[in-house]
Formats: sequence, structure tokens, C-alpha cells
Amino acid sequence: MRAEDFIIEGGSPASEQELLATKPVTYARDAWNRFKKNKVAVAAAILLLCLTLLVIVGPMVSDYPAAERANARARNLAPNAEHWFGTDSMGRDLFTRVCLGGRASILIGLAGAAIVIVLGSFYGGIAALLGGRADNLMMRTVDILSSVPNLLVILLISVVIDSKSIATMIFAMTVTGWCPTARIVRSQMLRISQSEYIMAARLMDIAPIKIVLRHLIPNTMSVILVDTTFRIPGFIFSEAFLSYVGLGVQPPQTSWGALAAAAQSMFQFYPWQLLFPAGGIALTMLAFTLLGDGLRDALDPRLRR
Amino acid sequence: MLKYIFKRIAYMALVMLTVTTITFFLLHLIPGDPITAMVQDLPEETRQNYLAAYGFEQPLGKQYLLYLRQLLTGDLGQSLRYPGRKVADIVANYSPVSALVGGIALLIGVTLGLACGVLAALNRDRWPDRAVMVLALLGTTIPTFVIAALLQYALSVTWPVFPTTGYKGARYLVLPVVCMCVGPLATYARYMRSSMLDVVNADYILTAEAKGLSEGRIVMKHMLRNSLLPCVTMLCVSVAGIFAGSFIVESIFALPGLGRYFISAISDRDYFVVLGLNVVLTGVYVCAILLSDILLMLLDPRIRTGVKA
Repeated sequence: MRAEDFIIEGGSPASEQELLATKPVTYARDAWNRFKKNKVAVAAAILLLCLTLLVIVGPMVSDYPAAERANARARNLAPNAEHWFGTDSMGRDLFTRVCLGGRASILIGLAGAAIVIVLGSFYGGIAALLGGRADNLMMRTVDILSSVPNLLVILLISVVIDSKSIATMIFAMTVTGWCPTARIVRSQMLRISQSEYIMAARLMDIAPIKIVLRHLIPNTMSVILVDTTFRIPGFIFSEAFLSYVGLGVQPPQTSWGALAAAAQSMFQFYPWQLLFPAGGIALTMLAFTLLGDGLRDALDPRLRR
Repeated sequence: MLKYIFKRIAYMALVMLTVTTITFFLLHLIPGDPITAMVQDLPEETRQNYLAAYGFEQPLGKQYLLYLRQLLTGDLGQSLRYPGRKVADIVANYSPVSALVGGIALLIGVTLGLACGVLAALNRDRWPDRAVMVLALLGTTIPTFVIAALLQYALSVTWPVFPTTGYKGARYLVLPVVCMCVGPLATYARYMRSSMLDVVNADYILTAEAKGLSEGRIVMKHMLRNSLLPCVTMLCVSVAGIFAGSFIVESIFALPGLGRYFISAISDRDYFVVLGLNVVLTGVYVCAILLSDILLMLLDPRIRTGVKA
């Protein structure tokens, strides 16, 4: 049966004016409109943008790399006009250090989340599509891998590969980090493939590959996007933790975690040395969490009021 | 039901075996042998004697089997760096401190967290809800070491009410406990709130209201009981976590707990302690998950009947 086979009785076809009266609203536009209304999420997005700009532009403003040089006559200075965040125990400008550390921290957060999301999405997606025994085996593997406490895995891998660079650290953090994402993606795909419109598509004899490309993947994207936003702060926190226990970023490179760790011992005398990097971590994690909340509300039409 | 429990136990054993295997081979993948990693300029003969004493000269597969057999007899191995110091002794000596501090913190955190969650859910979208959610958000996003540092600065540097670090009496425990209960408080508040909100719209609440039960009775008997169920799972894992101790809080406050020892074993590159503690901690964690599964089954008739059917 084709559309032409139906005879429409009564009612005239919609006039051109009627058709134009309501503009078709795409899913993305609809989500964007909902996101815009969420003031907290928008504020978080703007805050993130500002932070990113700051860590990129900051070192250029502060006469880097001269500000990075140790200066014995300007040790542990309090914040002042010349050194906005003061100086550290080697006389380096803390503003520059915090910006450089922020670059590393945010980069680790983004890279870690990207790796985890790509791996997890493929794994979960493939498991959902294969189904049956393969799916069972794949998900049991995930169950076993995620039965190991996350921090222990990160610590252990860092010890074994003796992580000294950012790359090895990201590796340690992502080894089992993709498991939750694989679960989320798989369950979302399974949920969609059981919905009525997929059944309709199957009954219409649409090629499976087309169903996957047109329906399953686009409808999983929103879940993946939200998961990404929530994973980034997790990686920033793990980096801070690793650097804090001395397994993370090594000097002369730095990160917010490493800066906070270095400031810890002298904290009672020079509290600002800890407060600035710690504030960076807290603000970034807060902003990403709020952004994730906003995205989840915007992308899930079921939550619409 | 018994079959289900046996299945879970078998599964748990499989997890433990996998974790042990992976950890073992990872540690042995490290280039060079552990003796050379510790002391470089050792006479060749002494080195060989050491290697033989620890069985490092044998093929890796055999070492692995030996290690497994050793684990099965309950021997968790001993320190390379401090000969004679057994992993089991380390656990026995250091975990009580972790358990004490962590236990008090968890008790306070969970109680307050659940109360806050209930308060927020019952006042949905009004100011108590907002306040609890903001606090919970801050609690989950501010790193522990920042909270610890702020507490130390405020309460032992600026106003010296509590000692900064150490472990010599009850007063030394206040700051670490406060620091460690922030996390559970925030997590349980968020969790309990959403769990309560799920229950609020359930049909049986409507029935209870239709029967004319008082609000207090509905909240206590119907809502609380049912929304506490999902929290049981989390609680078991949290209890397993206190045994391991908090890596960061124990290091900052210089508490002689298992978490701090684990970190120092890592920086000492004391591989066998790391391996042994890893096995112990994973074991506790996996047992906690098993326990929570069984508890949930006992508490939730839906799961119980589902198993029988």
C-alpha cells in the first residue's frame, strides 16, 4: 500500500498558509530551546568557556615563559599587583602556573572522557546489536571488570607503568573507565530497539543497517552526550587524586592536582597557593556537573513539563 | 534462592580469580626484577640468592600457580621492602584505624544524608529542597583534600580548637571524621531524594491516602521503607569502602590507617604488599556486593519470587 491508495474523505488539504503556520521544530532545535531556558546550565556553560579561555590566554598575558622561571628573591609572595595569585616556593608566578596546570587538568578531563566514551559506545553498541550469546559474554566481561574498585585499578596501573607522562596517566584512568558507558549505551540501544517505531520500521522491511543508522544511533547520541559531560569532572578528579599521591603529572609539567599537592605541606603559611588550584578543580567540576544536569533535562523529552 | 546464592558465589570467585591474575601478571610485566629495582649495586651472587629465595628465577607460569596456591592457604604474601612484614599483619594492624574513623564518618554521613534526602523530597521545589541539593552538589564536587585543608586552616590554624594531624585521642578524630562524612552525606542525600520522589507517585501511596492514613504514617510506613531499599545496595559498598580507608584523608591527617599504608607501599614500590592489599580490598568489595544482593533479595519480595519462578 502506498499513500496514493488512501482516499481522504472530508476536509480539504491544508492550505499553504496553514502549513507554514507552525515551523517544523527539529529535535536539536527543541533541545536547544529547552537548554536556553535553564539559567543555571547556561551560566555553567559560560563559566566553563571563561575558564577555558583563561587557561589558554592567561600565560600569554603574564609574560610566559619568563614568569615560569624560578626566582629566589620572590618566593612565596602573597597575591599582589605583579603576581595576581602570588608566587610559589620557587618564586614562580602562581597565576601562570595555575593556568598551565588548568590546561593539563582540563585536557586530561576531555581526553579521558573522549576515549572512554568512544570505546564504551562501540563496545556497548556492538553488544546490543549482536545480542544473544555474544552480548551475554561481552556484558559478563564488563561485570567482572567493573567489580574491581576503580581507584585501585588506576593506582595499580599507574604503579605498573610507572606513569610519568600525561598519556600514561590517561591510559591508567581509561583502562576500565569505559565499562559504565558501555552499559549505558547498551541498555539505551536495547530500550530503543524494543520501541514501537522500530517494530514499525522492521515491519516495513527496512534494511537493518538503515534502522541502526537512522534510529538507533541518533537516539543514543543524547545519552552519550550527557554521559560525556558527567565523565569529564570524574577524570579531572582522578587526575587530581593521582597527582596528589605522587603518581600523576611530574615536574616540570604541572596540573591543578600537582599544584594542590605541592601547596599542601606549606598550606598553613601560604593558604592561597592551595586555594587557587583547588578552586580551579572545584569550579570546573561544578560547572561540568551543572552543565550535564542541564543537558540531560534538555535532551530528554520525557522530562518536559 | 540457594541456587541464586551459589551462582553469585561462583561468580564472585571468578571475579577474584580474574583480578588476582591480572594484578599478578601486571606486576610481573614491570621490566627487571624486584630486587634490582630496589638495590642496583648488589653483587651478582647475592642477587641470585635473593631471587631464588623469593622464587623469582622460576618461569612466570609456575610462579603464578605457586602464588595462587599460597593465596588459597590464606597466605597473602609478605613485604619485599621490609622482610618479615606480612600482608595479613599489615591488614590486622592498620585496618582498625580506618574502620574506626571511616565507620563513625559513614554512620554520621549516612544518617544525616538520608534525613536531608527525605526532607528535600517532602518539600520538593521549596527552599529546603533547594538548600539540600545545593549542599549535596557542593559536597560531591569539592575535592576531599580541599575540604580537609579548609577545615585544618579554620579549626586548627586560625582558631586552634582541634589538632591538625596525628592519632592520639578522640580530639584528633574530629576533623577527619567531618571531612570524610561530607561525601556520603551528599551522595545519600541526592540518592534518597530521587528514591523518595520515585515512590511518591506510586499507586500504593494513593491507596494509603485514600484509606485516610495520616501523613506521618504514610511517610514512615510506606514511603520510607520502600525508598530505603535501593540505598541498601549502596550502603554495603560504602561499608566495604571504610575498611580500605580513605587514601587522601588518612594521608592528610597522618592517621595510621590502611589507606595511608597502601599509598606508602606504592611510593616504596613494595609490589607484593600492593598485590596482597589489592587482593584483600577487592575481596572485601566483592563480598559487599554479594551481601547487598542477598540482603536485597531478603528485603524485596519481588526479587525473591522472581528467583523462584
